[in-house]
Amino acid sequence: MSAAPGSTQRPLAVRRRVEQVMGMPVSLALRGRHADDEPAREAWDAAVALLRDVDRVFSTYRPDSWVSRLGRGEVGVGDCPSEVADVLALAERARRESGGAFDVRRAGGDGALDPSGVVKGWAVSRAAAPLIALGDTDVCLSAGGDLVCHTGAPGSPGWRIGIEDPHDLSRVVAVVPVRNGAVATSGAARRGSHISHGRTGVVPTAVSSVTVVAPDLTWADVDATAAYAMDGEALTWLRTRPGRRGLVVWADGRTDVVEGPLRRAVRRPVRGR
Amino acid sequence: MRRVTLWLLSTVSVVVLLFGYDASTSATKPLASPPAAVSTTGPGGSSATSGASGGSSGATRTVTGGVASTQWGPVQVQLTVSGGRITGVSVLQQPSGNPRDAEINDYALPILTQETTSAQSASIDMVSGATVTSTGYVQSLQSAIDRAGR
Repeated sequence: MSAAPGSTQRPLAVRRRVEQVMGMPVSLALRGRHADDEPAREAWDAAVALLRDVDRVFSTYRPDSWVSRLGRGEVGVGDCPSEVADVLALAERARRESGGAFDVRRAGGDGALDPSGVVKGWAVSRAAAPLIALGDTDVCLSAGGDLVCHTGAPGSPGWRIGIEDPHDLSRVVAVVPVRNGAVATSGAARRGSHISHGRTGVVPTAVSSVTVVAPDLTWADVDATAAYAMDGEALTWLRTRPGRRGLVVWADGRTDVVEGPLRRAVRRPVRGR
Repeated sequence: MRRVTLWLLSTVSVVVLLFGYDASTSATKPLASPPAAVSTTGPGGSSATSGASGGSSGATRTVTGGVASTQWGPVQVQLTVSGGRITGVSVLQQPSGNPRDAEINDYALPILTQETTSAQSASIDMVSGATVTSTGYVQSLQSAIDRAGR
């Protein structure tokens, strides 16, 4: 069964909501049966509550969070809520699979524990669950530019995700159609150089942003961060990642689309710059 | 796996044609007629039913490509053209049936690079970008999109 042609259908109305959580904007778009009703409001409240709970446990900005106390050695992993062990296990897997480029312990001096790089995608994946459970409803949940897409409305065209141009934040450099899956982008365009190589501590200079499209946001987010930290090796590494697709925008303006192991990336020069 | 690869290749041929079209219509060259390339898609041939709806070449309009009958089902794309530029591409039909096909349909549709598309004219639902802080959000593209839908 093929998707019905979108041109002959009335577009589904999109209902949007925004809340500031964990120091960043969380944007929700819903359309379909439960776009704007009481179940939608309850699911949104549940999603926001989950993100606030995650923040209380994992925030490195809160001295009283479990992760801050763990980092100072005041408590052990076994004392923390079980999600802490889950996240640290994910982080360890990410570190191994990225050859140390992704590391929740900072390179160099202090080796401070900062699992934010793995927490965000993991948390937003979980927060999307009550929204997806609404049924017959399309969901697009974004936390600071990393997002989960779900298509549930009958005849839905799916979601169209614009990839921000790191060299001109008022433009998009690419568009990705996604029905069910996740899109994450890492770069220094907005927060400055906050990502460095986990093993070497080197801050990327050749790459401006890396976008990864994957089945779930946990790994889309981890892979985008890891590839970005790898700088010049971003493209080579992303090509080895099964089931991922992506876009690398280089500092000189070139872009590379990564089609995953199934296909080689196609390098195309950027025109008009 | 071979099936998947071939299917991707057929999809890729569609996209390559679109890209070729994109390249041939620069920002200063208005589109005069629907591109023939759009209707010639896929390894299985095409029913070649390109057509345009909407106003003159300067206005926004859509161009629907022909249905390409691939081995795994029909593929059809639709372009939105504004001022001679492609501002949007949607996949109207795509093969589905086995789980791997479903996976492809879910998140592995082509990434469409549109270097000449300004955000204002691209039809997008959300923006993925380097982490936006609450302060930076106010002037972000996503913020504009959110305001439009409330």
